[in-house]
Amino acid sequence: MTGGGDGAAATAAARTPIRGAGRWLGLAAALAGLALLPAVLSSYAVTVCILIFLYAYLGQAWNILGGYGGQLSAGHAAFVGVGGYTTTLLAVHWGLSPWGGMFVGGALAAVLGAIIGGLAFRFGLRGFYFVLLTVAFAEVCRIVVLNTDALGGALGLYITFTGDPWQLQFRDNRGYYYVALGLAAGATGVAALVERGRLGAYLVAVREDEQAAEALGVDTFRVKLAAIVLSAFLTGLGGAFYASYLFSLQPNAIFGIPLSVDIIIRPVVGGAGTVMGPLLGAVLLAPLAEAARTYFAQGGRAGLHLVVYGLLLIAVVLFLPRGAYPHLRAWRRSRGGR
Amino acid sequence: MSAAGAVLLEAVDVRKRFGGVQALAGVTLAVAAREIVGLIGPNGAGKTTLFHVLSGFAAPDGGEVRLEGRPTTGLPPHEICRRGLARTFQIVRPFRGLSVLENVRVAALVRVSRAAVATRRAREILARVELADRAEQPAAALTLGDRKRLELARALATEPRLLLLDEVMAGLTPVETDRMVALVRRIHADGVAILLIEHVMRAVMALSHRVLVLSQGQVIAEGPPAAIAGDPRVIAAYLGEAYVPEAPEPGPC
Repeated sequence: MTGGGDGAAATAAARTPIRGAGRWLGLAAALAGLALLPAVLSSYAVTVCILIFLYAYLGQAWNILGGYGGQLSAGHAAFVGVGGYTTTLLAVHWGLSPWGGMFVGGALAAVLGAIIGGLAFRFGLRGFYFVLLTVAFAEVCRIVVLNTDALGGALGLYITFTGDPWQLQFRDNRGYYYVALGLAAGATGVAALVERGRLGAYLVAVREDEQAAEALGVDTFRVKLAAIVLSAFLTGLGGAFYASYLFSLQPNAIFGIPLSVDIIIRPVVGGAGTVMGPLLGAVLLAPLAEAARTYFAQGGRAGLHLVVYGLLLIAVVLFLPRGAYPHLRAWRRSRGGR
Repeated sequence: MSAAGAVLLEAVDVRKRFGGVQALAGVTLAVAAREIVGLIGPNGAGKTTLFHVLSGFAAPDGGEVRLEGRPTTGLPPHEICRRGLARTFQIVRPFRGLSVLENVRVAALVRVSRAAVATRRAREILARVELADRAEQPAAALTLGDRKRLELARALATEPRLLLLDEVMAGLTPVETDRMVALVRRIHADGVAILLIEHVMRAVMALSHRVLVLSQGQVIAEGPPAAIAGDPRVIAAYLGEAYVPEAPEPGPC
Protein backbone atom coordinates (compact mmCIF):
# COMPACT_ATOMS: atom_id res chain seq x y z
CA MET A 1 0.00 0.00 0.00
CA THR A 2 2.57 2.53 1.09
CA GLY A 3 5.11 1.01 -1.32
CA GLY A 4 2.78 1.48 -4.25
CA GLY A 5 2.21 5.08 -3.29
CA ASP A 6 5.90 5.82 -3.09
CA GLY A 7 6.39 4.22 -6.50
CA ALA A 8 3.78 6.41 -8.12
CA ALA A 9 5.21 9.50 -6.48
CA ALA A 10 8.71 8.64 -7.66
CA THR A 11 7.55 8.19 -11.23
CA ALA A 12 5.70 11.48 -11.12
CA ALA A 13 8.77 13.21 -9.73
CA ALA A 14 10.88 11.78 -12.54
CA ARG A 15 8.44 13.09 -15.11
CA THR A 16 8.14 16.56 -13.55
CA PRO A 17 11.57 17.99 -14.42
CA ILE A 18 10.91 17.36 -18.09
CA ARG A 19 7.38 18.69 -17.90
CA GLY A 20 8.64 21.64 -15.89
CA ALA A 21 11.23 22.54 -18.52
CA GLY A 22 8.61 22.14 -21.21
CA ARG A 23 6.37 24.52 -19.37
CA TRP A 24 9.05 27.22 -19.21
CA LEU A 25 9.79 26.81 -22.91
CA GLY A 26 6.10 27.03 -23.72
CA LEU A 27 5.84 30.19 -21.65
CA ALA A 28 8.82 31.79 -23.35
CA ALA A 29 7.43 30.87 -26.75
CA ALA A 30 4.04 32.33 -25.89
CA LEU A 31 5.53 35.59 -24.69
CA ALA A 32 7.78 35.82 -27.73
CA GLY A 33 4.77 35.18 -29.96
CA LEU A 34 2.77 37.87 -28.24
CA ALA A 35 5.65 40.29 -28.50
CA LEU A 36 5.89 39.76 -32.25
CA LEU A 37 2.17 39.74 -32.87
CA PRO A 38 1.65 43.50 -33.46
CA ALA A 39 3.80 43.24 -36.55
CA VAL A 40 1.12 41.19 -38.26
CA LEU A 41 -2.02 42.64 -36.74
CA SER A 42 -4.17 45.51 -37.88
CA SER A 43 -4.51 48.50 -35.62
CA TYR A 44 -8.01 47.40 -34.69
CA ALA A 45 -6.81 43.92 -33.73
CA VAL A 46 -4.09 45.50 -31.60
CA THR A 47 -6.78 47.50 -29.80
CA VAL A 48 -8.70 44.32 -29.10
CA CYS A 49 -5.55 42.74 -27.72
CA ILE A 50 -4.86 45.73 -25.50
CA LEU A 51 -8.26 45.38 -23.92
CA ILE A 52 -7.78 41.64 -23.51
CA PHE A 53 -4.50 42.26 -21.72
CA LEU A 54 -5.96 45.06 -19.59
CA TYR A 55 -8.89 42.97 -18.39
CA ALA A 56 -6.66 39.94 -17.97
CA TYR A 57 -4.48 42.12 -15.73
CA LEU A 58 -7.37 43.53 -13.69
CA GLY A 59 -8.93 40.10 -13.47
CA GLN A 60 -5.67 38.59 -12.25
CA ALA A 61 -5.39 41.28 -9.57
CA TRP A 62 -8.96 40.56 -8.47
CA ASN A 63 -8.27 36.83 -8.60
CA ILE A 64 -5.82 37.05 -5.71
CA LEU A 65 -8.54 38.24 -3.36
CA GLY A 66 -11.64 36.85 -4.99
CA GLY A 67 -10.40 33.65 -6.59
CA TYR A 68 -7.77 32.33 -4.21
CA GLY A 69 -9.16 34.06 -1.14
CA GLY A 70 -12.80 33.52 -1.94
CA GLN A 71 -13.62 37.05 -0.82
CA LEU A 72 -15.84 38.28 -3.60
CA SER A 73 -15.29 41.96 -4.12
CA ALA A 74 -17.80 43.64 -6.41
CA GLY A 75 -16.23 47.04 -5.86
CA HIS A 76 -12.80 46.72 -7.44
CA ALA A 77 -13.61 49.67 -9.68
CA ALA A 78 -12.94 51.78 -6.59
CA PHE A 79 -9.26 50.79 -6.78
CA VAL A 80 -9.14 51.44 -10.51
CA GLY A 81 -10.63 54.84 -9.92
CA VAL A 82 -8.31 55.74 -7.07
CA GLY A 83 -5.33 54.68 -9.15
CA GLY A 84 -6.52 56.47 -12.26
CA TYR A 85 -7.51 59.71 -10.57
CA THR A 86 -4.38 59.83 -8.42
CA THR A 87 -2.09 59.33 -11.39
CA THR A 88 -3.91 61.85 -13.52
CA LEU A 89 -4.12 64.53 -10.82
CA LEU A 90 -0.45 64.10 -10.02
CA ALA A 91 0.38 64.46 -13.71
CA VAL A 92 -1.88 67.45 -14.29
CA HIS A 93 -1.09 69.41 -11.11
CA TRP A 94 2.43 68.34 -10.29
CA GLY A 95 3.78 67.16 -13.59
CA LEU A 96 4.58 63.75 -12.16
CA SER A 97 4.98 61.15 -14.87
CA PRO A 98 2.38 58.40 -14.70
CA TRP A 99 5.23 55.90 -14.58
CA GLY A 100 5.88 57.15 -11.07
CA GLY A 101 2.36 58.30 -10.36
CA MET A 102 0.99 54.82 -10.90
CA PHE A 103 2.82 53.60 -7.82
CA VAL A 104 1.36 56.42 -5.74
CA GLY A 105 -2.04 55.51 -7.16
CA GLY A 106 -1.43 51.88 -6.36
CA ALA A 107 -0.35 52.76 -2.83
CA LEU A 108 -3.46 54.85 -2.21
CA ALA A 109 -5.62 52.08 -3.60
CA ALA A 110 -3.83 49.71 -1.23
CA VAL A 111 -4.67 52.02 1.67
CA LEU A 112 -8.32 51.97 0.64
CA GLY A 113 -8.09 48.20 0.43
CA ALA A 114 -6.64 48.08 3.92
CA ILE A 115 -9.53 50.17 5.22
CA ILE A 116 -12.15 48.03 3.56
CA GLY A 117 -10.41 44.85 4.63
CA GLY A 118 -9.77 46.09 8.14
CA LEU A 119 -13.43 46.90 8.58
CA ALA A 120 -14.79 43.82 6.91
CA PHE A 121 -12.46 41.23 8.40
CA ARG A 122 -12.33 42.70 11.88
CA PHE A 123 -16.07 42.35 12.07
CA GLY A 124 -16.16 38.98 10.35
CA LEU A 125 -18.05 40.15 7.31
CA ARG A 126 -17.95 37.48 4.71
CA GLY A 127 -19.85 36.21 1.74
CA PHE A 128 -22.74 38.39 0.82
CA TYR A 129 -21.99 41.04 3.42
CA PHE A 130 -18.49 41.49 2.13
CA VAL A 131 -19.81 41.93 -1.40
CA LEU A 132 -22.18 44.62 -0.19
CA LEU A 133 -19.43 46.40 1.69
CA THR A 134 -17.20 46.55 -1.37
CA VAL A 135 -20.04 47.83 -3.54
CA ALA A 136 -20.82 50.45 -0.91
CA PHE A 137 -17.26 51.73 -0.86
CA ALA A 138 -17.09 51.94 -4.63
CA GLU A 139 -20.34 53.86 -4.72
CA VAL A 140 -19.16 56.23 -2.01
CA CYS A 141 -16.02 56.95 -4.04
CA ARG A 142 -18.05 57.50 -7.16
CA ILE A 143 -20.47 59.89 -5.51
CA VAL A 144 -17.77 61.80 -3.67
CA VAL A 145 -15.75 62.32 -6.83
CA LEU A 146 -18.88 63.12 -8.82
CA ASN A 147 -19.69 65.95 -6.45
CA THR A 148 -16.22 67.34 -5.90
CA ASP A 149 -15.33 69.99 -8.42
CA ALA A 150 -11.68 69.95 -7.44
CA LEU A 151 -11.59 66.37 -8.68
CA GLY A 152 -13.34 67.24 -11.90
CA GLY A 153 -16.87 66.61 -10.75
CA ALA A 154 -19.35 65.14 -13.16
CA LEU A 155 -17.37 66.24 -16.20
CA GLY A 156 -14.37 64.26 -15.08
CA LEU A 157 -10.75 64.86 -15.87
CA TYR A 158 -9.42 65.32 -19.36
CA ILE A 159 -5.85 64.59 -20.22
CA THR A 160 -4.24 66.45 -23.04
CA PHE A 161 -2.79 64.09 -25.55
CA THR A 162 0.89 64.67 -26.19
CA GLY A 163 1.89 61.22 -27.36
CA ASP A 164 4.80 61.39 -24.96
CA PRO A 165 5.85 57.93 -23.75
CA TRP A 166 7.05 59.49 -20.50
CA GLN A 167 3.45 60.43 -19.94
CA LEU A 168 2.43 56.87 -20.69
CA GLN A 169 1.00 58.01 -24.01
CA PHE A 170 1.81 56.59 -27.41
CA ARG A 171 0.93 57.81 -30.86
CA ASP A 172 1.11 54.26 -32.10
CA ASN A 173 -1.16 52.01 -30.11
CA ARG A 174 1.53 49.34 -30.22
CA GLY A 175 3.11 51.22 -27.34
CA TYR A 176 0.01 50.63 -25.25
CA TYR A 177 0.02 47.02 -26.43
CA TYR A 178 3.44 46.33 -24.91
CA VAL A 179 2.64 48.11 -21.66
CA ALA A 180 -0.58 46.14 -21.34
CA LEU A 181 1.19 42.90 -22.21
CA GLY A 182 3.82 43.65 -19.60
CA LEU A 183 1.16 44.34 -16.99
CA ALA A 184 -0.78 41.18 -17.79
CA ALA A 185 2.39 39.06 -17.76
CA GLY A 186 3.52 40.67 -14.52
CA ALA A 187 0.22 40.13 -12.77
CA THR A 188 0.16 36.54 -13.96
CA GLY A 189 3.63 36.10 -12.53
CA VAL A 190 2.48 37.53 -9.21
CA ALA A 191 -0.53 35.21 -9.19
CA ALA A 192 1.69 32.22 -9.91
CA LEU A 193 4.04 33.17 -7.08
CA VAL A 194 1.14 33.66 -4.70
CA GLU A 195 -0.38 30.33 -5.68
CA ARG A 196 2.85 28.47 -5.14
CA GLY A 197 3.81 30.08 -1.87
CA ARG A 198 2.53 30.25 1.64
CA LEU A 199 0.11 33.13 1.04
CA GLY A 200 -1.70 31.14 -1.62
CA ALA A 201 -1.92 28.03 0.52
CA TYR A 202 -3.26 30.07 3.42
CA LEU A 203 -5.72 31.98 1.23
CA VAL A 204 -7.17 28.79 -0.15
CA ALA A 205 -7.42 27.33 3.35
CA VAL A 206 -9.27 30.42 4.52
CA ARG A 207 -11.56 30.15 1.54
CA GLU A 208 -12.30 26.48 2.24
CA ASP A 209 -12.79 26.61 6.00
CA GLU A 210 -11.75 29.63 7.99
CA GLN A 211 -12.08 28.10 11.44
CA ALA A 212 -10.18 24.97 10.52
CA ALA A 213 -7.47 27.24 9.13
CA GLU A 214 -7.32 29.18 12.41
CA ALA A 215 -6.93 25.94 14.31
CA LEU A 216 -3.91 25.16 12.13
CA GLY A 217 -2.09 28.36 12.96
CA VAL A 218 -3.31 30.55 10.11
CA ASP A 219 -3.83 34.19 11.11
CA THR A 220 -6.88 34.50 8.91
CA PHE A 221 -7.30 38.24 9.48
CA ARG A 222 -3.77 39.04 8.35
CA VAL A 223 -3.97 36.68 5.40
CA LYS A 224 -7.17 38.24 4.09
CA LEU A 225 -5.85 41.72 4.71
CA ALA A 226 -2.67 40.92 2.80
CA ALA A 227 -4.76 39.65 -0.09
CA ILE A 228 -6.95 42.72 -0.33
CA VAL A 229 -4.01 45.10 -0.02
CA LEU A 230 -2.06 43.30 -2.74
CA SER A 231 -5.10 43.04 -4.96
CA ALA A 232 -5.95 46.71 -4.45
CA PHE A 233 -2.39 47.84 -5.13
CA LEU A 234 -2.20 45.95 -8.41
CA THR A 235 -5.65 47.16 -9.44
CA GLY A 236 -4.64 50.73 -8.67
CA LEU A 237 -1.64 50.35 -10.95
CA GLY A 238 -4.02 49.17 -13.63
CA GLY A 239 -6.08 52.28 -13.04
CA ALA A 240 -3.14 54.40 -14.13
CA PHE A 241 -2.98 52.52 -17.40
CA TYR A 242 -6.74 52.70 -17.76
CA ALA A 243 -6.58 56.47 -17.40
CA SER A 244 -3.70 56.88 -19.81
CA TYR A 245 -5.17 54.61 -22.42
CA LEU A 246 -8.68 56.00 -22.39
CA PHE A 247 -7.35 59.37 -21.45
CA SER A 248 -10.46 60.67 -19.92
CA LEU A 249 -11.77 59.88 -16.48
CA GLN A 250 -15.43 59.92 -15.72
CA PRO A 251 -16.47 59.01 -12.18
CA ASN A 252 -19.46 57.00 -13.35
CA ALA A 253 -17.30 54.96 -15.66
CA ILE A 254 -14.22 54.41 -13.56
CA PHE A 255 -15.90 53.91 -10.18
CA GLY A 256 -19.04 52.34 -11.52
CA ILE A 257 -20.48 48.91 -11.00
CA PRO A 258 -20.29 48.03 -14.71
CA LEU A 259 -16.50 48.25 -14.52
CA SER A 260 -16.49 46.11 -11.38
CA VAL A 261 -18.58 43.55 -13.22
CA ASP A 262 -16.21 43.71 -16.19
CA ILE A 263 -13.35 43.01 -13.82
CA ILE A 264 -15.01 40.07 -12.11
CA ILE A 265 -16.48 38.33 -15.08
CA ARG A 266 -13.23 37.32 -16.76
CA PRO A 267 -11.77 35.38 -13.82
CA VAL A 268 -15.12 33.94 -12.81
CA VAL A 269 -15.89 32.66 -16.29
CA GLY A 270 -12.30 31.62 -16.92
CA GLY A 271 -11.69 30.00 -13.57
CA ALA A 272 -11.37 31.86 -10.29
CA GLY A 273 -8.50 30.68 -8.16
CA THR A 274 -6.36 29.53 -11.05
CA VAL A 275 -3.52 31.30 -12.80
CA MET A 276 -4.93 30.66 -16.27
CA GLY A 277 -8.50 31.55 -15.37
CA PRO A 278 -8.39 35.34 -15.85
CA LEU A 279 -6.38 34.94 -19.06
CA LEU A 280 -8.77 32.41 -20.53
CA GLY A 281 -11.72 34.49 -19.43
CA ALA A 282 -10.32 37.62 -21.03
CA VAL A 283 -9.93 35.82 -24.33
CA LEU A 284 -13.35 34.17 -24.14
CA LEU A 285 -15.11 37.41 -23.36
CA ALA A 286 -13.31 39.52 -25.94
CA PRO A 287 -15.89 39.02 -28.71
CA LEU A 288 -18.74 40.00 -26.42
CA ALA A 289 -16.82 42.95 -25.05
CA GLU A 290 -16.06 44.14 -28.56
CA ALA A 291 -19.68 43.82 -29.57
CA ALA A 292 -20.55 45.91 -26.54
CA ARG A 293 -17.97 48.52 -27.35
CA THR A 294 -18.72 48.92 -31.02
CA TYR A 295 -22.27 47.79 -31.77
CA PHE A 296 -24.30 48.05 -28.61
CA ALA A 297 -22.98 51.42 -27.52
CA GLN A 298 -23.62 53.09 -30.85
CA GLY A 299 -26.91 51.41 -31.51
CA GLY A 300 -28.48 52.92 -28.45
CA ARG A 301 -28.17 49.63 -26.66
CA ALA A 302 -25.47 50.73 -24.27
CA GLY A 303 -25.27 48.41 -21.32
CA LEU A 304 -26.84 45.51 -23.19
CA HIS A 305 -23.62 43.61 -22.72
CA LEU A 306 -24.32 43.65 -19.00
CA VAL A 307 -27.51 41.73 -19.64
CA VAL A 308 -25.52 39.19 -21.56
CA TYR A 309 -22.93 39.10 -18.76
CA GLY A 310 -25.69 38.32 -16.31
CA LEU A 311 -26.98 35.45 -18.40
CA LEU A 312 -23.44 34.21 -18.90
CA LEU A 313 -22.76 34.24 -15.17
CA ILE A 314 -25.93 32.27 -14.53
CA ALA A 315 -24.86 29.73 -17.12
CA VAL A 316 -21.37 29.47 -15.62
CA VAL A 317 -22.70 29.02 -12.10
CA LEU A 318 -25.09 26.32 -13.25
CA PHE A 319 -22.87 24.36 -15.64
CA LEU A 320 -19.23 25.30 -15.01
CA PRO A 321 -19.18 26.47 -11.41
CA ARG A 322 -15.43 26.50 -11.16
CA GLY A 323 -15.03 28.35 -14.43
CA ALA A 324 -13.83 27.20 -17.81
CA TYR A 325 -10.21 26.40 -17.07
CA PRO A 326 -10.61 23.71 -14.35
CA HIS A 327 -13.18 21.90 -16.45
CA LEU A 328 -10.99 22.20 -19.53
CA ARG A 329 -8.06 20.76 -17.63
CA ALA A 330 -10.14 17.88 -16.27
CA TRP A 331 -11.52 17.12 -19.72
CA ARG A 332 -8.01 17.10 -21.23
CA ARG A 333 -6.82 14.75 -18.51
CA SER A 334 -9.66 12.32 -18.98
CA ARG A 335 -8.98 12.20 -22.69
CA GLY A 336 -5.22 12.20 -22.88
CA GLY A 337 -4.43 10.36 -19.68
CA ARG A 338 -1.75 11.70 -17.31
CA MET B 1 4.28 3.93 34.31
CA SER B 2 6.86 6.65 33.65
CA ALA B 3 6.73 9.99 35.39
CA ALA B 4 4.21 12.36 33.86
CA GLY B 5 6.63 15.20 33.30
CA ALA B 6 6.23 18.94 33.63
CA VAL B 7 2.79 20.48 33.51
CA LEU B 8 1.96 21.60 29.97
CA LEU B 9 -1.60 22.78 30.17
CA GLU B 10 -3.53 24.16 33.11
CA ALA B 11 -7.11 25.28 33.30
CA VAL B 12 -8.01 27.04 36.51
CA ASP B 13 -11.64 27.52 37.47
CA VAL B 14 -12.77 28.05 33.89
CA ARG B 15 -16.30 29.31 33.46
CA LYS B 16 -18.32 29.79 30.34
CA ARG B 17 -21.92 30.72 29.92
CA PHE B 18 -24.02 30.84 26.76
CA GLY B 19 -27.11 32.86 27.46
CA GLY B 20 -28.96 30.97 30.15
CA VAL B 21 -26.75 27.88 30.04
CA GLN B 22 -23.71 27.61 32.29
CA ALA B 23 -21.67 25.36 30.03
CA LEU B 24 -18.57 25.35 32.20
CA ALA B 25 -19.03 25.95 35.91
CA GLY B 26 -15.50 26.16 37.20
CA VAL B 27 -13.33 23.53 35.54
CA THR B 28 -9.85 22.96 36.85
CA LEU B 29 -7.50 20.47 35.23
CA ALA B 30 -3.91 19.93 34.27
CA VAL B 31 -2.17 17.87 31.61
CA ALA B 32 1.49 16.99 31.96
CA ALA B 33 4.05 16.52 29.20
CA ARG B 34 4.01 12.74 28.96
CA GLU B 35 0.38 12.05 29.73
CA ILE B 36 -2.59 10.87 27.82
CA VAL B 37 -5.60 12.21 29.66
CA GLY B 38 -9.08 11.05 28.81
CA LEU B 39 -12.03 13.41 29.15
CA ILE B 40 -15.37 11.70 29.36
CA GLY B 41 -18.85 12.69 30.35
CA PRO B 42 -22.44 12.57 29.16
CA ASN B 43 -23.56 14.67 26.20
CA GLY B 44 -23.95 18.30 27.07
CA ALA B 45 -21.41 18.08 29.84
CA GLY B 46 -19.30 20.84 28.32
CA LYS B 47 -16.43 18.81 26.92
CA THR B 48 -16.28 20.40 23.48
CA THR B 49 -16.92 23.81 25.02
CA LEU B 50 -13.90 23.20 27.19
CA PHE B 51 -11.88 22.37 24.08
CA HIS B 52 -13.07 25.59 22.46
CA VAL B 53 -11.87 27.56 25.48
CA LEU B 54 -8.54 25.74 25.67
CA SER B 55 -7.86 26.24 21.96
CA GLY B 56 -8.97 29.85 21.75
CA PHE B 57 -12.23 29.48 19.90
CA ALA B 58 -14.17 30.77 22.88
CA ALA B 59 -13.08 33.17 25.59
CA PRO B 60 -14.02 32.09 29.09
CA ASP B 61 -16.10 34.30 31.33
CA GLY B 62 -13.92 33.44 34.27
CA GLY B 63 -10.80 31.53 35.15
CA GLU B 64 -7.54 31.15 33.35
CA VAL B 65 -5.84 28.86 30.87
CA ARG B 66 -2.07 28.48 30.84
CA LEU B 67 0.12 26.73 28.33
CA GLU B 68 3.63 25.96 29.60
CA GLY B 69 3.06 28.52 32.30
CA ARG B 70 2.07 31.35 29.97
CA PRO B 71 -1.56 32.53 29.99
CA THR B 72 -3.43 31.88 26.78
CA THR B 73 -6.83 33.08 27.90
CA GLY B 74 -8.31 35.26 25.19
CA LEU B 75 -5.63 34.55 22.59
CA PRO B 76 -6.84 33.73 19.07
CA PRO B 77 -6.71 30.10 17.96
CA HIS B 78 -3.87 30.59 15.50
CA GLU B 79 -1.64 32.01 18.22
CA ILE B 80 -2.41 29.15 20.60
CA CYS B 81 -1.61 26.74 17.80
CA ARG B 82 1.71 28.46 17.28
CA ARG B 83 2.47 28.05 20.95
CA GLY B 84 2.11 24.33 20.66
CA LEU B 85 -1.49 23.35 21.27
CA ALA B 86 -3.31 21.73 18.37
CA ARG B 87 -6.85 20.44 18.21
CA THR B 88 -9.08 18.36 16.01
CA PHE B 89 -12.77 18.93 15.52
CA GLN B 90 -15.56 16.61 16.52
CA ILE B 91 -17.02 16.79 13.04
CA VAL B 92 -13.97 16.64 10.83
CA ARG B 93 -13.29 19.69 8.70
CA PRO B 94 -11.01 18.82 5.82
CA PHE B 95 -10.31 21.41 3.15
CA ARG B 96 -12.51 19.61 0.70
CA GLY B 97 -11.27 21.21 -2.48
CA LEU B 98 -7.65 20.36 -1.72
CA SER B 99 -5.78 17.11 -1.93
CA VAL B 100 -4.78 15.21 1.19
CA LEU B 101 -1.21 16.39 0.79
CA GLU B 102 -2.25 20.01 0.31
CA ASN B 103 -4.38 19.79 3.44
CA VAL B 104 -1.43 18.78 5.56
CA ARG B 105 0.88 21.22 3.81
CA VAL B 106 -1.24 24.15 5.00
CA ALA B 107 -0.70 23.03 8.56
CA ALA B 108 3.03 22.45 8.06
CA LEU B 109 3.40 26.05 6.87
CA VAL B 110 2.98 27.31 10.41
CA ARG B 111 6.46 25.99 11.17
CA VAL B 112 8.29 26.42 7.87
CA SER B 113 7.82 29.28 5.45
CA ARG B 114 9.12 27.62 2.30
CA ALA B 115 6.44 25.74 0.43
CA ALA B 116 8.77 23.01 -0.82
CA VAL B 117 9.96 22.19 2.70
CA ALA B 118 6.39 22.22 3.93
CA THR B 119 5.42 19.77 1.22
CA ARG B 120 8.22 17.44 2.28
CA ARG B 121 7.17 17.64 5.93
CA ALA B 122 3.59 16.98 4.90
CA ARG B 123 4.64 13.78 3.11
CA GLU B 124 6.49 12.62 6.21
CA ILE B 125 3.44 13.19 8.36
CA LEU B 126 1.23 11.36 5.91
CA ALA B 127 3.59 8.41 6.06
CA ARG B 128 3.39 8.43 9.86
CA VAL B 129 -0.39 8.28 9.84
CA GLU B 130 -0.42 5.75 6.98
CA LEU B 131 -2.12 8.04 4.50
CA ALA B 132 0.81 8.34 2.10
CA ASP B 133 -0.91 6.38 -0.63
CA ARG B 134 -3.81 8.82 -0.61
CA ALA B 135 -1.65 11.94 -0.83
CA GLU B 136 -2.92 13.13 -4.21
CA GLN B 137 -6.58 12.28 -3.65
CA PRO B 138 -9.06 15.07 -3.00
CA ALA B 139 -9.90 15.23 0.68
CA ALA B 140 -13.58 15.07 -0.15
CA ALA B 141 -13.14 11.55 -1.55
CA LEU B 142 -11.85 9.98 1.65
CA THR B 143 -13.69 7.54 3.87
CA LEU B 144 -14.54 8.66 7.38
CA GLY B 145 -11.69 6.68 8.90
CA ASP B 146 -9.22 8.31 6.53
CA ARG B 147 -10.70 11.74 7.13
CA LYS B 148 -10.09 11.28 10.82
CA ARG B 149 -6.49 10.36 10.04
CA LEU B 150 -6.22 13.44 7.87
CA GLU B 151 -7.57 15.61 10.65
CA LEU B 152 -4.98 14.11 12.95
CA ALA B 153 -2.22 14.52 10.37
CA ARG B 154 -3.01 18.20 9.96
CA ALA B 155 -2.90 18.81 13.68
CA LEU B 156 0.39 16.89 13.87
CA ALA B 157 1.92 18.96 11.11
CA THR B 158 1.76 22.00 13.38
CA GLU B 159 4.25 20.20 15.65
CA PRO B 160 2.22 20.49 18.83
CA ARG B 161 3.40 19.67 22.31
CA LEU B 162 -0.18 18.99 23.30
CA LEU B 163 -2.92 17.58 21.13
CA LEU B 164 -6.62 17.93 21.87
CA LEU B 165 -8.53 15.12 20.18
CA ASP B 166 -12.27 15.58 20.02
CA GLU B 167 -13.99 12.20 19.61
CA VAL B 168 -11.46 10.97 17.11
CA MET B 169 -12.86 7.41 17.37
CA ALA B 170 -16.48 8.35 16.73
CA GLY B 171 -18.01 6.51 13.82
CA LEU B 172 -15.12 4.08 13.37
CA THR B 173 -15.47 0.33 13.08
CA PRO B 174 -13.80 -1.73 15.82
CA VAL B 175 -10.90 -2.50 13.47
CA GLU B 176 -10.48 1.18 12.59
CA THR B 177 -10.72 2.03 16.28
CA ASP B 178 -7.85 -0.32 17.08
CA ARG B 179 -5.76 1.23 14.32
CA MET B 180 -6.54 4.69 15.62
CA VAL B 181 -5.64 3.69 19.18
CA ALA B 182 -2.30 2.39 17.90
CA LEU B 183 -1.75 5.64 16.01
CA VAL B 184 -2.51 7.77 19.06
CA ARG B 185 -0.07 5.65 21.06
CA ARG B 186 2.64 6.19 18.43
CA ILE B 187 2.03 9.93 18.47
CA HIS B 188 2.28 9.96 22.23
CA ALA B 189 5.46 7.91 22.09
CA ASP B 190 6.93 10.56 19.79
CA GLY B 191 6.56 13.06 22.62
CA VAL B 192 3.14 14.65 22.29
CA ALA B 193 0.85 14.95 25.29
CA ILE B 194 -2.75 14.18 24.58
CA LEU B 195 -6.08 15.22 26.00
CA LEU B 196 -8.86 13.32 24.37
CA ILE B 197 -12.62 13.55 24.52
CA GLU B 198 -14.08 10.14 23.90
CA HIS B 199 -17.27 8.18 24.21
CA VAL B 200 -15.71 4.96 22.95
CA MET B 201 -14.81 3.51 26.34
CA ARG B 202 -12.50 0.79 25.12
CA ALA B 203 -10.32 3.49 23.54
CA VAL B 204 -10.37 5.65 26.68
CA MET B 205 -9.48 2.73 28.90
CA ALA B 206 -6.76 1.50 26.56
CA LEU B 207 -5.07 4.86 26.11
CA SER B 208 -5.50 7.03 29.15
CA HIS B 209 -3.10 7.32 32.04
CA ARG B 210 -5.71 9.39 33.79
CA VAL B 211 -9.39 10.06 33.19
CA LEU B 212 -11.40 13.17 33.99
CA VAL B 213 -15.16 13.03 34.12
CA LEU B 214 -17.11 16.14 33.24
CA SER B 215 -20.78 16.53 34.01
CA GLN B 216 -22.85 19.69 33.80
CA GLY B 217 -19.79 21.85 33.43
CA GLN B 218 -17.84 20.47 36.36
CA VAL B 219 -15.23 17.81 36.94
CA ILE B 220 -16.98 15.21 39.09
CA ALA B 221 -14.30 12.56 39.19
CA GLU B 222 -10.67 12.09 38.35
CA GLY B 223 -8.40 9.09 38.48
CA PRO B 224 -6.99 6.04 36.73
CA PRO B 225 -9.32 4.50 34.14
CA ALA B 226 -10.17 1.41 36.16
CA ALA B 227 -11.12 3.45 39.22
CA ILE B 228 -13.30 5.74 37.16
CA ALA B 229 -15.17 2.85 35.62
CA GLY B 230 -16.44 1.77 39.04
CA ASP B 231 -17.00 5.24 40.50
CA PRO B 232 -20.64 5.60 41.58
CA ARG B 233 -20.72 9.29 40.70
CA VAL B 234 -19.62 8.51 37.15
CA ILE B 235 -22.19 5.75 36.78
CA ALA B 236 -24.86 8.06 38.14
CA ALA B 237 -23.92 10.82 35.72
CA TYR B 238 -23.85 8.55 32.67
CA LEU B 239 -26.63 6.09 33.39
CA GLY B 240 -28.61 7.58 36.20
CA GLU B 241 -28.83 6.92 39.93
CA ALA B 242 -30.83 3.76 39.40
CA TYR B 243 -27.78 2.01 37.94
CA VAL B 244 -25.39 2.64 40.82
CA PRO B 245 -24.58 -0.76 42.34
CA GLU B 246 -25.91 -1.40 45.88
CA ALA B 247 -22.54 -2.06 47.40
CA PRO B 248 -19.39 -0.46 45.96
CA GLU B 249 -17.04 -3.00 44.29
CA PRO B 250 -13.65 -3.40 45.89
CA GLY B 251 -11.53 -1.21 43.67
CA PRO B 252 -8.02 -1.90 42.41
CA CYS B 253 -6.71 1.03 44.50
